[in-house]
Amino acid sequence: MRNSSIFFSFLSAEAVLLSLLLVHASISESARHETIEEKAALVKTLQLTDLCLFTEARYTRHLSQADLNTAFQDHPLSLEHFPSGSFTQPPYGITERP
Amino acid sequence: MIELVNVRKVFNAGNPSEFSALNSVNLNIAQNKVTVLKGPSGSGKTTLLSIVGCMSRPSAGRVKLNGREITSLPERFLTDIRRKTFGFIFQQPNLIKGISVLENVMLPAYPLGEKRSSLKVKAMQGLAELNIASKAASKVEWLSGGEAQRASIVRALINNPSIIIADEPTAHLDTKLSYRFMEIIEKFKSEGKTVIITSHDPLVYDAAIVDRVVNFRDGQIEGES
Amino acid sequence: MSPWIEKQRYIIDFTISSLLRRKVKNFGLLALYTLIVFILASTMFFTYSIKKEASIILQGSPEIVVQKLVAGRHDLFPVRDIETLRNIRGVADVQSRLWGYYYDSLVKANYTLLTPPAQTDTAHAGTRTITVDSDTDDSSKPLFTLNGAALEPGTLIIGNGIARLRAIGKGDYMPFRASDGSIMNLKIVDTLSSQSELVSSDLMLMTEQDFRKLFGIAPDYVTDAVMTVKNPSEISMVAAKINKRLPDSRPIVREEILRTYDSIFNWRGGMMIVIFSAAVLAFVIFAWDKASGLSAGERREIGILKAVGWETSDVIQMKFWEGAMISLTAFFSGVILAYIHVFFTGSPVFEPALRGWSSLYPNFALTPFINAEQITTLFFLTVVPYTVATIVPTWRAATIDPDTAMRHTGE
Repeated sequence: MRNSSIFFSFLSAEAVLLSLLLVHASISESARHETIEEKAALVKTLQLTDLCLFTEARYTRHLSQADLNTAFQDHPLSLEHFPSGSFTQPPYGITERP
Repeated sequence: MIELVNVRKVFNAGNPSEFSALNSVNLNIAQNKVTVLKGPSGSGKTTLLSIVGCMSRPSAGRVKLNGREITSLPERFLTDIRRKTFGFIFQQPNLIKGISVLENVMLPAYPLGEKRSSLKVKAMQGLAELNIASKAASKVEWLSGGEAQRASIVRALINNPSIIIADEPTAHLDTKLSYRFMEIIEKFKSEGKTVIITSHDPLVYDAAIVDRVVNFRDGQIEGES
Repeated sequence: MSPWIEKQRYIIDFTISSLLRRKVKNFGLLALYTLIVFILASTMFFTYSIKKEASIILQGSPEIVVQKLVAGRHDLFPVRDIETLRNIRGVADVQSRLWGYYYDSLVKANYTLLTPPAQTDTAHAGTRTITVDSDTDDSSKPLFTLNGAALEPGTLIIGNGIARLRAIGKGDYMPFRASDGSIMNLKIVDTLSSQSELVSSDLMLMTEQDFRKLFGIAPDYVTDAVMTVKNPSEISMVAAKINKRLPDSRPIVREEILRTYDSIFNWRGGMMIVIFSAAVLAFVIFAWDKASGLSAGERREIGILKAVGWETSDVIQMKFWEGAMISLTAFFSGVILAYIHVFFTGSPVFEPALRGWSSLYPNFALTPFINAEQITTLFFLTVVPYTVATIVPTWRAATIDPDTAMRHTGE
């Protein structure tokens, strides 16, 4: 088969695959509606404030509840020593300038 | 059919290494004849060939093809004329390594966008006429010197040009292959094509089918034989 | 088929043959390019998905959380202050929360212990959307009823992450070391679903009685208070009043919670900058290498092409296709692989970074939220520069007149 034909079929296959995945994305969104609802309901009934992303330390587990001093409790210089600290910033509102 | 009027070609103009490859050349090349430009290396034959074949422009003077002046045409038109009218056979086969003989042969026709099926047929026919059809799918690195030379000839012919230009074609061929080459030239002539060859090989310029030999020296025509 | 299309196909044919001559180098290039797109796209998918989910799920978080601060640290909240809060105008209700952390030395993991709040009328709204399915035996699809009565003293409901980590489940006993040194054994009566791990992976639910006993917290203290406000637009006003009435308190409003998760994984975060810069730099080096010139072999080839009748524009087109083909292939492959990586396999490549030092790592079964804008930006930032970088150095070589080309290729 001609080179260019091979290339175009390959590219079309990829494009088709990508569109299928995007279709999957939109279908999933509706299918997952239930699980999202479940999580939302849990949050509401248990009065949760944070996602369970990083369980290394108190202030990485409850990002929104941490205060400026929480980090101090673990290290006097408040140097970030958990890797997840490099993904997250202090909760909104804490570092606001007046 | 090809007319050169007062053609000059200067290289490296303005630099200390400036030199004049062609000085005031006046030449008429006749149709359907075999013309040989004979002269030592450095005499300017190759330069003249490339000007005639629309590969470069003269520094001064005019070139006419079938009465039409082509000296000042824009590149696109010049290339178009070159593609359709001329077929070049270089000293070295100058085939592109790593791809097949067939693809090499079809290359000059690519920009013209002809249907692949018919192009392929033409290419195979050309290869068959020169007895290398069996090598169509091989990579060019595997061809012998003579086969490579023949492949480059097929390539030169793919667009069915009316004028064949060959620059020192027998320089790297042995006697037998050189005779073979001249036979191919004879065939061209019988098909109505015009042939222009540069050579300092007696086998070429003394051949029977040659109609005219023009002597070159230091960028000027000396005389004819 | 029009000659122009046929011509493009020929050019592509030739370009592919050309690329195939240096298989190793070009496939390596393609692989590297794909990898860069893969990392960037994976990061985009992952972070956007989490942020989107957070913005939806955390809508149900408390309107105001009030913490007590002592010497700048989060301290226990006295129950009597709850009355003070109740009396603030505009407040609909105030509830107490009991929650804390427990370190399990056996697996070196931190758990979040929580006492489910007392059921009020408004809280029930949540349970109605959850279906009860008490007969299911495997944890892939059990859904959970939260019912204060189901949890009795001495029992425990654990999150799925804990179940996985410690390999325990319904019916097993979990020992705790209480604040007075004694051992408490709590029986596990249920596990939270694996789909809800994003919020519940490390949770342990127990009764107030058990909680207080475990941590030695007196009945007149709770961890913090949560409030609902009559008019949601007055939340910040109420928060200001709280500050006045209880000077040593710190109110956190829902808006702040949502914004915190909006800025998570921001490009300005340390690790994100590293990933991003590394990818960009790799890409720049790439494109630079392409753009900085042609090899002698490539020049020769262009010379031959010009000599057999290709125009400058034909050569440029060939180079364009060379850049575009590699770019497009790499882009599509990278994005497809990234999608599969994040949404089908749970982002294993990111695990070492995200996990950090924690032992408990949630199962990230993310919902595919795609930000088309990000993907389009990625496309224009990778495909276009690379294609341009391939064409640029060719410009000069392509404009050689065939005569010069012929001379140079003569020897």
